[in-house]
Amino acid sequence: MATDTAATTEVSAADEGVRRRDWIHIAALGTAGVGGASVLFPLISQMAPSADVLAASTTEVDVSAIQPGQSIKATFRKQPLFVKRLTAEEIAAAKKDDGADMRDPAKLADRTKAGHEDVLVTMGVCTHLGCVPLGAAEGENKGEFGGYFCPCHGSHYDVAGRIRKGPAPLNLKVPEYEFTSDTVIRVG
Amino acid sequence: MSFAWAKQYEPQSAFTKWLDEKLPLPRLVYNAVGAGYPVPRNLNYMWNFGVLAGFCLMLQIVTGVVLAMHYAANGLVAFATVEHIMRDVNYGWMLRYAHANGASFFFIVIYLHIFRGLFYSSYKAPREMIWLLGVVIFLLMMATAFMGYVLPWGQMSFWGAQVITGLFSAIPLVGEPLQIWLLGGFAPDNAALNRFFSLHFLLPFVIAGVVILHIWALHIPGSSNPTGVEVKQESDTVPFHPYYTSKDGFGLGVFLILFTAMVFFLPNALGHPDNYIEANPLSTPAHIVPEWYFWPFYAILRAFTGDLTIPFTGITLIPAKLLGVIAMFGSILLWFVLPWLDKSPVRSGHYRPLFRKFFWFGLIPAMAVLFYCGGAPAEEPFVVLSQIATAYYFLHFLVILPIISQIEVPKPLPFSITEAVLGGTKPGSTSGGGTIDPGSVVEGLPGTATDGSLQPAE
Amino acid sequence: MTIRLGGIIVGLAITAVLVLWSLLPGVYNYAFGPAPEKQPSYAFYEHGHGPEGGFAFDGAFGKWDVAELQRGYQVYKEVCKACHSLKFVAFRDLAQLGYTEAEIDAEAASWTVPGIDPATGEATTRPGEPTDYFPSPFPNAIAAAAANNNAIPPDLSLMAKARHDGSNYIYDLLMGYGEADPAKAAKVGFETPDGLYFNKHFPNVNIAMPPPLSDDQVTYADGTKATTAQMSKDVAAFLTWTAEPTLVERRQTGWFVLGFLLFATTLAFLSYKQIWAGLKPKKK
Repeated sequence: MATDTAATTEVSAADEGVRRRDWIHIAALGTAGVGGASVLFPLISQMAPSADVLAASTTEVDVSAIQPGQSIKATFRKQPLFVKRLTAEEIAAAKKDDGADMRDPAKLADRTKAGHEDVLVTMGVCTHLGCVPLGAAEGENKGEFGGYFCPCHGSHYDVAGRIRKGPAPLNLKVPEYEFTSDTVIRVG
Repeated sequence: MSFAWAKQYEPQSAFTKWLDEKLPLPRLVYNAVGAGYPVPRNLNYMWNFGVLAGFCLMLQIVTGVVLAMHYAANGLVAFATVEHIMRDVNYGWMLRYAHANGASFFFIVIYLHIFRGLFYSSYKAPREMIWLLGVVIFLLMMATAFMGYVLPWGQMSFWGAQVITGLFSAIPLVGEPLQIWLLGGFAPDNAALNRFFSLHFLLPFVIAGVVILHIWALHIPGSSNPTGVEVKQESDTVPFHPYYTSKDGFGLGVFLILFTAMVFFLPNALGHPDNYIEANPLSTPAHIVPEWYFWPFYAILRAFTGDLTIPFTGITLIPAKLLGVIAMFGSILLWFVLPWLDKSPVRSGHYRPLFRKFFWFGLIPAMAVLFYCGGAPAEEPFVVLSQIATAYYFLHFLVILPIISQIEVPKPLPFSITEAVLGGTKPGSTSGGGTIDPGSVVEGLPGTATDGSLQPAE
Repeated sequence: MTIRLGGIIVGLAITAVLVLWSLLPGVYNYAFGPAPEKQPSYAFYEHGHGPEGGFAFDGAFGKWDVAELQRGYQVYKEVCKACHSLKFVAFRDLAQLGYTEAEIDAEAASWTVPGIDPATGEATTRPGEPTDYFPSPFPNAIAAAAANNNAIPPDLSLMAKARHDGSNYIYDLLMGYGEADPAKAAKVGFETPDGLYFNKHFPNVNIAMPPPLSDDQVTYADGTKATTAQMSKDVAAFLTWTAEPTLVERRQTGWFVLGFLLFATTLAFLSYKQIWAGLKPKKK
């Protein structure tokens, strides 16, 4: 708030005095600058997720009613969640492709829980730009690899939700979950 | 538009030269609040409040825009979203308390700014337009503050909206439909809440526009000063920067200390507990009061308790409710003619013995009484007190000022500001205290001193 | 001149209307009219002063007493929650009271919250999760009124801020039950209506809430003796926390900000004086 110009008038004080006086203006302006900058912190921070959004909620899904080859859509933290029960053929096909050339290599076994290899739980969010891929509901386009197909920009996922063709960089995300019983999973 | 000796902006670098040709914004700032604006050298601390009011407006706009990112103007959730801001949003409590107390501090600053103008007669020619624009700003502020208070949708919000829009129902013939139109319903609800939110967001930017006009109008005659004597020569002024930028910087620091003390330690002291109860259309709080800054005007509204009747006929000419509404709006609207009511050629209250007596022993106590009674319940003795104070308020502006400006013998004025500062006459420093120690004598400025650079080069 | 004349006329007119039609009748009424009736209950109201020694969070340096808040939560859970909701507080917020994540999970699960049957979509109940808010004891206001003799028990989340001097008010209210002085009551014909209870710290001294606390009503986990005063103080502290969970953080930030501003303002003052010293005032 003080002066930022140190222009010239007649020199009337000793040199040390001048420096000490300048120092006061610089310190005052600098402190005001620090104060102004620290006000930015709450103003920026308030746009970050609030405590209720960050508080991790969980979703429980009963998987017993899902027939082989079918999937259901649930909601996990405001985003779609796909739970799919794979048929024996699909498991075999997915395992066969485990070693195939993929953009984001992953094995089916790493994407399912031991003992429940037929249950595939993924987020229903295309890793390209966030559309919901097709293929979870009956009669939807499952793409060239029989899994999921994102209509926005043509990403094809295989039966294990791995990206095989199209612009998406990563496989469909498998959220943290656990089987609380043989038939119920708890996501989150 | 400025004095002949005002320093001219001289761009130094190639870039500023280029910018000055294409968009002379730095020149504008330089001439408005920089070294290019010569200001009377004798301004006291009462002249700090203009800049502080501008700061308050910025503070309210910044915190308000941020709060609007989290608020939802819907009767079902409005109260809960405010609690969401207070509990879950990062630093939400700080932002909301700053906004709520910021409104109060804005009014404190504005009231001091207005009282400065009243005491030093800043409204007189050639500064009438500045004053008129200021009254417009004040009215817009009151509307904005009222609508903002409705948004948290607490009990006081709801009943405030009900009562204040109810004022309009006092207007003959169109009153009732007007109130329903204002609310968009028969009681405050989503329609009212949403429009109040929309207007509460819009009006501050309108205020900012009028503030620019206010400052523009100020720069034509230049600032007034505690002697009320117009600037005559170069030694009467100093450049705004660095003299008043540094003084305003110090003033801002003091303001912020008081403001943050309230925000962090007494954030609800100026609010009403009932507004932490969610709006309930079925139950009116025992004691409805507006926010403290409306209390004087609320007291004027309630002072009119009797209908204006023709005695012994039973014919009511004007019902009490309408009288109160007219008086309340009239109490501010009369400021629009104030420059023409007070025709004394002397501006400063320091040189007007009679005016000064009525100001300190009439207007100020009357305002204090109105303030106190506006916040008190509508019982005796507060009603009688507010009636006396209301009567004095109108008499002061409409009767006393015109008469004393006619009969008063002012004290001799100093020839110039420089002479006043030199100590020829001693202006009393009743309000806020002058910056110039009257006992000290200031030598005439050296020729180079007005260029705003008083630091000797190394 | 016309404006001034007009102003004088209008000013005198307003004053005349105010004085003749409002002020004089008012003064006459005040002096000779019937005295305004005061409800007899006002004679029994007593202003409380909060608990002896005050709260741990009082004052500009006050801090939460976590053990006290935990005890207060226990009182809410075992007594108040039967009628009063706490709808702006979530189980996750209990982390501030010093509970661990696992304890909060268990605590939340011990509450039953409204849910939706995932198979049928019908309304049902389920164990709470940390993200859930404290459930309301009644499904809606009508049910609350019907179950409580038409008096809706208010939500307690913000009670400490929704009353003047709320923390002390809650304590005083809980301690204010008793009997009206019978001699005085007989004199003014005061009687607590049926279904209401006398409470000298309630604004109209007749409250719909029955005395909620009695000695040893809860058994504190930390072994503190559960007197009515102790429980009142604990629950008042807990409700202060629910109303303003950021209270302590706010004051700590405040001291830091004030310290910084004092420093910055001092510098600004020195800078300002330095600049104005250039005007070279000379002593005579």
